[in-house]
Amino acid sequence: MNAKLKETLLNPIFKGNPITVLVLGICSSLAVTVTLKGALVMALSVIVVTGISSLILSLLRNTIPSRVRIIVQLVVVAMMVILVDQVLKSFEATYAIDKQLSVYIGLIITNCIVMGRIEAFALGNKPLPSFLDGVANGAGYGLILIIVAFFRELLGSGTLFGFDILNRFGYVSNNLVILPPFALILLGCIIWVQRSIQKDLQEK
Amino acid sequence: MEYLNLFVKSIFVDNMIFAYFLGMCSFLAVSKNVKTAAGLGVAVIFVLLVTLPINYLLNRYVLQPGALSWLGERFASVDLSFLSFIIFIAVIAAIVQIVEMVVEKFSPSLYSSLGIFLPLIAVNCAILGGSLFMQQKDFAGVGESLVYALGSGIGWFLAIVSLAAIREKMSYSNVPPALKGLGITFITVGLMGMAFMTFMGISL
Repeated sequence: MNAKLKETLLNPIFKGNPITVLVLGICSSLAVTVTLKGALVMALSVIVVTGISSLILSLLRNTIPSRVRIIVQLVVVAMMVILVDQVLKSFEATYAIDKQLSVYIGLIITNCIVMGRIEAFALGNKPLPSFLDGVANGAGYGLILIIVAFFRELLGSGTLFGFDILNRFGYVSNNLVILPPFALILLGCIIWVQRSIQKDLQEK
Repeated sequence: MEYLNLFVKSIFVDNMIFAYFLGMCSFLAVSKNVKTAAGLGVAVIFVLLVTLPINYLLNRYVLQPGALSWLGERFASVDLSFLSFIIFIAVIAAIVQIVEMVVEKFSPSLYSSLGIFLPLIAVNCAILGGSLFMQQKDFAGVGESLVYALGSGIGWFLAIVSLAAIREKMSYSNVPPALKGLGITFITVGLMGMAFMTFMGISL
């Protein structure tokens, strides 16, 4: 049982990563990766939402009639997102980041990772594994987000978390990296690297 | 003239996919051939056109700070904007359900071509994103929200159909095995996004 839980927790982070392998949740992921701070806050919000909504729906799984399950899922997820949004808005340190992330916090509701994991895992499993599965998938998503944001902030503004890293060596920041298309190309390259290592993921 | 400006801007400059990455999941999943891509594109335009004006009215007369003042003095200071995520997603899910039933009843041929995509659309970020952007942009009337819905729907349609066409051609070319499928698709979308960047700053 313990080995299985460990597998549930570790698999989504690299081998079955929700973004690069399952292609879920790309919608809201790329626009928030201009700065590392934004990506970190987004990653934490998604971990909280996926973990807790998986837990709640797994507890409810035997009482929800399957015909109305989508709407029940949407309501639970939307409630979690509202809570996260209100928490972010209520602290001075995170208020600015909430403004910067603008609509993308709200878009966690339609983030396919949340709904996908609930449909595929939480509705058929006990609460504890479901909670871990949600957290792990959120973390796998967050990992990719942080890798993309690391390169975009470093090359785009020469800083990390707002601290000057490259500019003091006379680096001229590359504005192309800040623009949306570069995030896609970077993600393509991450997938390229991952699939060169894990040959079994390659498409025929 | 203002309508025309908003229309062109929402198709090209604020393109849902290339500028905001909205609706990426289904964009990548359903762009393998042009015909199904066009079907999904039409469905998105349609649902946007129906949901955006409804959400606009709800936002204006129920959710905004002070929106309830038409109920009388006592309600003038009520601020329900924290409920907007849950209301918007409920409206979208309900409308998608109704549209599905109506289309099934009156046009079985359209239903069989759109059928599979309609339920998918409830969790398409482009739809919820459209509503959230509309709330942020603070349009002056229903007309503007209609034009915005049509424009961003057409922008999404254009993007998915052109990506599908490129992917059809690309299946004949020799791509490195690790980049095949998902990786090269991301890079293609990035390059298309760069092309769309040239429209930036256009105003009529």
